[in-house]
Amino acid sequence: MSSILTVDDSSSVRMAIRIALSGAGHTVAEANDGSDGLNKARMAKYDLIITDLNMPNMNGLDMIREIRKLPIQTGTPIIFLTTESDDSLKQQARAAGATGWLVKPFVPDHLLKVAQKVLGR
Amino acid sequence: MSEQDPAAAFRVEAADVLDATEQALLDLTNNLSSRELIDCVFRGMHTLKGSGAMFGFDALAGFTHHCETAFDRVRKGLAPATPELVATTLSAMDHMRALVEGGSDELEAAGAAILARLQASLGSAPSASAEDAVVQTAPPATLAPGAAPAAATTGAGWHIVFYLPSDSMANGTNPSILLDELRELGETRVTALTDKIPDLADLDPVQCHIGWNVELRGSASRADIDDVFIFVMDDMDLFIEPLDSEEPAPAQAAAPSPPQAPSPAVATPPPPKSQPPAARKVRPVEETVRVPAGRLDVLMDRVGELVIVQSRLAQLAETGVVGAAGELALRSISEEVERLASELRDTTMVLRMVPVTALFARFRRLVHDLAHETGKSIEFLTEGESTEIDKTVSEQLADPIVHLVRNACDHGLEPADERGAAGKPATGRIVLSAEQAGGEVLITIQDDGRGINLERVRTKAQANGLIQPGQALSDHELMQMIFHPGFSTAEQVTNLSGRGVGMDVVKRTIEGLRGTIDMASQPGKGSRVTLRIPLTLAIIEGLLVRVGTGNYVIPLAAVEECIELRGEDDIRSRGRSMIQLRDSLIPFLRLRELFATGTPPDPFQKIVVIGTAGERVGLVVDQIIGSHQTVIKSMSPLHRDIPSFSGATILGDGGVALILDVVQLIALGQQREERLRAVG
Repeated sequence: MSSILTVDDSSSVRMAIRIALSGAGHTVAEANDGSDGLNKARMAKYDLIITDLNMPNMNGLDMIREIRKLPIQTGTPIIFLTTESDDSLKQQARAAGATGWLVKPFVPDHLLKVAQKVLGR
Repeated sequence: MSEQDPAAAFRVEAADVLDATEQALLDLTNNLSSRELIDCVFRGMHTLKGSGAMFGFDALAGFTHHCETAFDRVRKGLAPATPELVATTLSAMDHMRALVEGGSDELEAAGAAILARLQASLGSAPSASAEDAVVQTAPPATLAPGAAPAAATTGAGWHIVFYLPSDSMANGTNPSILLDELRELGETRVTALTDKIPDLADLDPVQCHIGWNVELRGSASRADIDDVFIFVMDDMDLFIEPLDSEEPAPAQAAAPSPPQAPSPAVATPPPPKSQPPAARKVRPVEETVRVPAGRLDVLMDRVGELVIVQSRLAQLAETGVVGAAGELALRSISEEVERLASELRDTTMVLRMVPVTALFARFRRLVHDLAHETGKSIEFLTEGESTEIDKTVSEQLADPIVHLVRNACDHGLEPADERGAAGKPATGRIVLSAEQAGGEVLITIQDDGRGINLERVRTKAQANGLIQPGQALSDHELMQMIFHPGFSTAEQVTNLSGRGVGMDVVKRTIEGLRGTIDMASQPGKGSRVTLRIPLTLAIIEGLLVRVGTGNYVIPLAAVEECIELRGEDDIRSRGRSMIQLRDSLIPFLRLRELFATGTPPDPFQKIVVIGTAGERVGLVVDQIIGSHQTVIKSMSPLHRDIPSFSGATILGDGGVALILDVVQLIALGQQREERLRAVG
């Protein structure tokens, strides 16, 4: 199945994402902040990256911009997590190169649906 | 509780986030304009809210949302960070801690009070009304609520024309997946639109220039189609009209253009949260230790080596130990196992070790609060925070240190005017430090206050009948009076100290950890309390000795030296039980008599001199067997209260040896000596 990277400074959110996606047969790697996420994105090609925006060390927007410069991740969908439906933030993330978003709090079904939406069948 | 429980993980994480946020807030007190700290506090709240809502901590998420909104004003520079704001936010942190454990009606009322104070300290501007400050819960099953204006399905289907944003492929949107999604909604006929493709010279190969014309037949609703394009809808050219309709849909009549209003799929209306959060039962949380992955790797390496040695041993058992070569092989295996066992022991022990950082961090808050309560200006410094200590020990140390820090704030440090009169800086200083020394961790609490008034200690001890009037006592002995049960020198019991937990309790706790407590003080200059705590509780280096027919272990850390009990010393000192060791006299205890062994003494008895905190006692034993890695087993409930023994251990031959309680034995030796001195 697909190889997915989740970037979040909250280990419980990462765990929830890992459980939901690995239950559907995906392989899930974890990074705990933007710079960690960028490093992992440099090393291996992922089919999908799911990231929080508000993180220490490197925020999600900067990480998305940097990942979009990496040839290895060309066309990799990036989904960001956002707490509110904040339109200006959504615009900024889209401009930075994000593919889509997921509103927190989410349930596993919701996450799977979004993942499936950008991964295809 | 399974390790795969995000709610349990969240509780642990929330505790960490709260601690970190609290530290940032405390730092903020000294540096009110630091953007970095304000961001850090905001991020902490953001995480608590976001993750809290995900794992069902609704009360926490709701409360934190209000705080976050309030703090966001500070972050955006709309309101200044003030000491009052920080103080209120600190109490909000405490409230969040309680909410992590579970919500209740009382908590809700307390929360409302804190939020009101938060508003007040931000100035009047109400940041969030009760209605809008609600954590938004996304609808669980669908991406978009089916409330789109054209949600009604039409029998025939839809005519869709779309051009994706030109950067969409670079940004991870795959047009073929979107087309697949449309195909799932019904029968489709798709034609590519090539009118926007530029001349070859101008073509950018990573941009998407193709558009698509889709005829979708079936019962799909308009909202279903919006769902397909939800992520790109704001930037794309999208034209949707019902099939077979005579007129185009009014909203889309004017050619493809980005929608004016945010798409309904995006603006999830916040469902009003009217019911108070249900009281959550406090579930017992399984204790966990977080271990750096590197340490586990080392452990795995050791275990791997052990498996290899085991297979070597199995092979040898198969062939049998034959001749010198066989014996050599067996010995080599034995040495290998010994090395691995000792490395495994060290590695495993380290798994339980945590830095004292977390333990120390909570005292910053304590001192901050105490400074407020007492009106004193106090500077609090910590040193050696990376020193590691067994997790259990660290937890048990918290209460004693709280007491000692309280004492220092309350009794030790003088009020500012008194300090000024004594020529000291107005700000008092408390230093909490940790360092590792051999198998022990030294924790010191030092203040630059008035020091301990030994005359007052004497008066108080006399008043309490602990000593006789005029009794000659050294300064050190007087100082020890402080550790007597019920002793308190504070003339007035203030709100801070003197809550019934005396220094005697502190001493007992420390001794329960097989540690020692010592106090030093210089009048007018300050006091220092030193706690010496063994690194771990489970295994100690011991000196194995024989008394009569029984084996006993003396903790090696307490052993100062071993000497021979010469016959003439034995006889000459029968009355006094004292031995001359270089230039000092040391009382000694005959363990044979103490334990009533009833066997004839060994012709060459030895004395093991043990000492802690400057007190020394000799223990007469029959034989010193040698050093011994002692795995401490606690005594059974029946034997727990026997003094002189702190535990037991199992020897290599399967026999049992009791572990001597050094502190008790020293006290016993000193008492006997004092009695004898009093008599003769």
